[in-house]
Amino acid sequence: MDFKGSDTIPGPRSEDHLPHTTTAAAKIVIVGGFGVGKTTMVGSVSEIRPLTTEETMTQAGIGVDDNYGSESKTATTVAMDFGRIRISDQVVLYLFGTPGQERFWFLWNGLFEGALGAVVLVDTRRLEVSFEVMGRLEERGVPFVVAVNTFPDGPRYPVEDLRAALDLQPEVPIVECDVRRRASSRDVLMTLMRFLHALALSRSRT
Amino acid sequence: MTPPQRQRRQPVPEPPEGPPQEDGKDVERLYVISGADGERAPLDLVTLIVARAEPPSSATPEQTAVLRMCRAPLSVAEISAYLSLPFSVMTVLLTEMLAADLVQARAPIVRQKIPDRSLLEAVMHGLQRL
Ligand SMILES: Nc1nc2c(ncn2[C@@H]2O[C@H](COP(=O)(O)OP(=O)(O)OP(=O)(O)O)[C@@H](O)[C@H]2O)c(=O)[nH]1
Ligand SMILES: [Mg+2]
Repeated sequence: MDFKGSDTIPGPRSEDHLPHTTTAAAKIVIVGGFGVGKTTMVGSVSEIRPLTTEETMTQAGIGVDDNYGSESKTATTVAMDFGRIRISDQVVLYLFGTPGQERFWFLWNGLFEGALGAVVLVDTRRLEVSFEVMGRLEERGVPFVVAVNTFPDGPRYPVEDLRAALDLQPEVPIVECDVRRRASSRDVLMTLMRFLHALALSRSRT
Repeated sequence: MTPPQRQRRQPVPEPPEGPPQEDGKDVERLYVISGADGERAPLDLVTLIVARAEPPSSATPEQTAVLRMCRAPLSVAEISAYLSLPFSVMTVLLTEMLAADLVQARAPIVRQKIPDRSLLEAVMHGLQRL
């Protein structure tokens, strides 16, 4: 890395600086299978230009290239895009659009551990690509809402059919959205917050 | 038309740790996460980092860049993105800077069994303004 002699110092634009009073950040994850609209959603609600954090890993024994009798190793870079919303002078919220393949999640230490909750995006043309992700969230106890990203050529199922197909408890919200629109994506996040709020109420009663 | 059917899963008491060994594929990290004392850095993607000082003359170019961009609080994820450094490399670098008192870390808000209602209300309020 060579920053010397360069007039472009990396970092946020001045309008993207968080106030000094910001004491803590919270995060939400946006998950779902391949191509369901995770990146689009992060981009449409973020107040900053979406950014990408990368992780590099080695993968052994793939594409078996043992011409030299040695084990082949390829380095793969996995990217995760994220955005940010300022909540108040004290709190900032980060949204992470996870990679579609679950086996890459462990690369980011703590990605799911502290997340307040998750948005599971589904595409009705390929509902099953988001099944694995939902199972993982259930196993880890991460509360989630389901957002149906409506593609024009996707089948439209009645919400109760979807609930049955996704095997979701009656209280888990299912909402339709168009992740290309900020207001629509915002409403999905609002649904998640209301759901978490209701969860807080019911859990504090027991 | 009938949609495909999923089966709900139950929470597992001990979430599986480390890389899943799916398909018998051997997946490992290229970078080993360890701080100066071999401890795993307690840094989250959204831990906020704030500079405590101007870059000392002994600072490396990376440290100087971090100190410049962290004059205002910035998450580890953002620093990693702006410097184009893998997250795990970033946490090692920041762990060293924390140990040297060059930066301060502000711990993230994490999920609790009973969500914090006042926080959620603040978030809803913030989202409404969006
Ligand atoms: N018609 C329509 N197209 C959409 C919508 N949302 C996303 N798309 C398109 O669908 C494609 C996939 O969207 P992405 O946001 O890249 O999906 P992703 O989940 O990030 O995909 P991966 O990261 O590859 O798993 C893009 O070409 C989007 O423009 C939508 O609501 N309606
Ligand atoms: Mg994407």
